[in-house]
Amino acid sequence: MIIECKHVWNYISGYLDDSLSPEIRELVQRHLEHCEICSAVLDSTRNILVLIADDRVFELPVGFSDRLHARLAREIDGDSLELRDDSVH
Amino acid sequence: MKVELSAPNEAQMIAAILHGDTELYHDLIRPYEHSVYSMALSFMKNESDAEDVAQETFLKAFRNLGQFRGQAKFSTWLISITLNEARGRLRRQSVVRMEILDETLEEAGRVQSALLREWREVPSEALERKEVREILQEAIRNLSPIYREVLLLRDVEELSIEETAAALTVSTATVKVRLHRARMMMQKQLAPQLKTTSPKRRWFQ
Repeated sequence: MIIECKHVWNYISGYLDDSLSPEIRELVQRHLEHCEICSAVLDSTRNILVLIADDRVFELPVGFSDRLHARLAREIDGDSLELRDDSVH
Repeated sequence: MKVELSAPNEAQMIAAILHGDTELYHDLIRPYEHSVYSMALSFMKNESDAEDVAQETFLKAFRNLGQFRGQAKFSTWLISITLNEARGRLRRQSVVRMEILDETLEEAGRVQSALLREWREVPSEALERKEVREILQEAIRNLSPIYREVLLLRDVEELSIEETAAALTVSTATVKVRLHRARMMMQKQLAPQLKTTSPKRRWFQ
């Protein structure tokens, strides 16, 4: 069985997650071996996922942690009695 | 960030915090600062709003810690609070985009293949450049919320399909469908843009 490019594109995400059934995976694999366009779609998608998983994409602003913990310290001191009395769900 | 959780240790810390050792809360959340901020920044338009959302999230989590029963991972619980906080803030700013309800996969396949042949791989060193980081952030921000959320949890925070489904309270099938669309939309948006930021030579050879 041969599948067309537009069908292969529907399986790209599953292919990357390795969640396709063995039969489908085999079909997609065989298509990719001879189709440059689909290989490019796959490679570029994979590359984008590698890039966005990198911590540098969303860097913490300078001083973020200091400001956060300072605020928490202030507010937690004010709340700690209420917290201990927590009986609400 | 992708922190491997030491769940027993976390559970002990949470119990101690609830018994009044509130100082421990600072240590409990330290591994999650980056995740919460990333989530917030991909919803908000600027760093200062994102920082507000992150702070509110950690405060809210502290105030509701008594309701955390350990049925979910602490990280997943924190992420749901972040999402709610960001969604609430966006609603107040009335900039919520219309969500695309049609989830058929047909459109996702429409990719401009000609552009793709010339761009496959951008080296991760490119992330040293602010321009490249901003292009990626913008592309995530351009997705409508249902796609953005799933992409963030699965591909930025690297949760499993099951964890992503739990955090968003949707089925794993829904996660897979949305994830597929989100990834294809990212590729469609980014392929032409990233191509222009990378040098002519091919990096993967």
